[in-house]
Amino acid sequence: MTRYFNEMYEGDQVRLPYQQLDAWMRNMPAELRQMKQAEAEALFRRIGITFAVYGEGGDPDRLIPFDMFPRVFSAFEWAKLDRGVKQRARALNAFLADVYGRGEIVRAGRIPANLVYQNEAYEKEVVGILPPKGVYSHIVGVDLVRTGPDEFFVLEDNCRTPSGVSYMLENREIMMRMFPALFRENRIEPVDTYPDLLRRTLASVAPPKCTGEPVIVILTPGHFNSAYYEHSFLADLMGVELVEGQDLFVEGEFVYMRTTEGPRRVDVIYRRIDDAFIDPLCFRPDSMLGVPGLMDVYRSGGVAICSAPGAGVADDKAVYTFVPEMIRFYLGEEPILNNVPTWQCAKPDDCKYVLENLAELVVKEVHGSGGYGMLVGPKCTKAEIAEFAKRIEAKPHNYIAQPTLALSTTPTFVDQGIAPRHVDLRPYCLVGERVELVPGGLTRVALTEGSLVVNSSQGGGVKDTWVLAG
Amino acid sequence: MLLTVDHVTLYRYSAPVRGVVQSHRLTPSSFDGQRVLDWQVTVSDGLRGGGFRDGAGDFVQAWSIQGPVSEIEVAVRGTVETSDLAGILRGHKERVPPQCYLESTAITMADLALAELSDSAEATGGGLEAAHRLASLVADHIAYEPGSTIAATTAAEALALGKGVCQDQAHALLSMARRAGIPARYVSGYLHSSADGSPHEAAHAWAELWVPDLGWVGFDPANRCCPDDRYIRLGSGLDALDAAPIKGIARGHGEESLDVRLAVQQSSQ
Repeated sequence: MTRYFNEMYEGDQVRLPYQQLDAWMRNMPAELRQMKQAEAEALFRRIGITFAVYGEGGDPDRLIPFDMFPRVFSAFEWAKLDRGVKQRARALNAFLADVYGRGEIVRAGRIPANLVYQNEAYEKEVVGILPPKGVYSHIVGVDLVRTGPDEFFVLEDNCRTPSGVSYMLENREIMMRMFPALFRENRIEPVDTYPDLLRRTLASVAPPKCTGEPVIVILTPGHFNSAYYEHSFLADLMGVELVEGQDLFVEGEFVYMRTTEGPRRVDVIYRRIDDAFIDPLCFRPDSMLGVPGLMDVYRSGGVAICSAPGAGVADDKAVYTFVPEMIRFYLGEEPILNNVPTWQCAKPDDCKYVLENLAELVVKEVHGSGGYGMLVGPKCTKAEIAEFAKRIEAKPHNYIAQPTLALSTTPTFVDQGIAPRHVDLRPYCLVGERVELVPGGLTRVALTEGSLVVNSSQGGGVKDTWVLAG
Repeated sequence: MLLTVDHVTLYRYSAPVRGVVQSHRLTPSSFDGQRVLDWQVTVSDGLRGGGFRDGAGDFVQAWSIQGPVSEIEVAVRGTVETSDLAGILRGHKERVPPQCYLESTAITMADLALAELSDSAEATGGGLEAAHRLASLVADHIAYEPGSTIAATTAAEALALGKGVCQDQAHALLSMARRAGIPARYVSGYLHSSADGSPHEAAHAWAELWVPDLGWVGFDPANRCCPDDRYIRLGSGLDALDAAPIKGIARGHGEESLDVRLAVQQSSQ
């Protein structure tokens, strides 16, 4: 029987960061809790924050469940996460600048060449093109899990366009509205500085050809996208335009957006569409989402694209294994946050081990995301495991495996009252002229008892995440 | 050899389009076997966009044309001094790692027949001899026959057909080389054919294969040779689409038609 670390308790004792919440929890009658839960749901509905769930059928505008019980970090705990996440974001960006430049880390034999250069996320079209300030990944979402008081592991990095930050902001907003007293009794670091920091980060990477105040836009694939709400939410909060490909056009050396007052030059594009779709002239010719000619403007220094095209090669699940090596190689530091031990099925020995121990492992697709195409060994039937083994054998290089981690739990409101549920954490690190991390992030919670899969696309919920002031 | 190029591409639209964006790889780069003395690209009513040298060492120049427009003329004129380096691309500044050119594309994807033909050359491991064997096999199995294929013909289709143009032969060579683990890329350029200089052969394409110790080496199955001083190299890519000298997208519904006039001649001075 695995023992899971409960973030609220140490034996019978309530851990320090949770002491105020202990009283709050005890003094809340069941009726009040139900009323508040209904109120929270109504607020989310009114705001319109929903999350489409692929492949599960049902209501595409389903609400992502919100749990009112906050997840809390002490200032001391956060200080380590803050340093660890920023360290990682720096190393990932240094790696990208290197593999699109001289490729020192490959020459030094610290990462296999084929893993980088034959990676489908590697874009030869941007080799030798240095983006403004040398930054490729401007928003790095680092997925963390906790297994003990001082034990954190990085599950994966998201260097392209990590989503979910709108939940971090909304969860806080709603908690403050519903429980103002809690925010008087606890000294909680604010997260509402995020939109302004994001805007400043984007402005700081305006291209050399931009002379005045940079014009920033968010480029969305459109309202059919599952994260469309977030795109419009962030555009609103930053006071920038939300555009689709058809709203932009290239003329001469620049990109312009159509406005009611005529064309307006755009300097920085925070794109929420994949590389393959941003410019049909350069990448997929059949794409209708992008802007023809955009890549030439980008590569000649007329516009900044965030994240930079090609950034995906750093967050590939096979490249992930080498992030600690990147930290040592580029920063000369030891990793503050550990990786989860990972077996690569592309290696025959690893693959053999994985196939023999599937029942204990978590297996993921190298390029997968959102918890799709994933196997959680201990939760599967023999038939499901046998079925998955066939998929691994057919395409070993497509899979990696990790031990099933004893994810920490935090108290969560459930039908029967309060019960521990497993959680993870995604902080959003901003990289521009400076590296910034808002104290907080998105805590995802697996609402089903015993479940270790927290993905919102797999029925997970979210919580407000507190970092207490020191 | 001193070669002059006079290359005019005329785009016509059945109905005026609202605007056109183009990306050109129409300017040769200078390296040991090729020195650009004079080169000019003009686009009728075109607004010059950004220009830069890409990681593969090719000069890319963007253009945009404001509509309504129903005809666009892209004119290339220039002089290049070439020398015969037996196909070896020496002194060419580029940064894209050769491994990137192991990636297959839709049009170069190997089918069973291409795979078997490649395997019959026993080229795994690469080397100059292996590269020559692959190029000869392509020339043996795909006869050069103008008009026998279209732009979208795949390498596999051309091999099944047993004939094709230089594009098909280059694609087949890329497919077979990559199958053998040899990085290979498509090269577009010009060819001066001394005999009659017929215009359609002057726009040419071949392949470059990565040979350890030598670097990139050109192979032209259409002429059963390695590029020499009759060749002008414009740019490279994973396939014909990727290496296209002119890529463009028009906003509007007009049907596009194309007219090309090209002469590559030996200059006396």
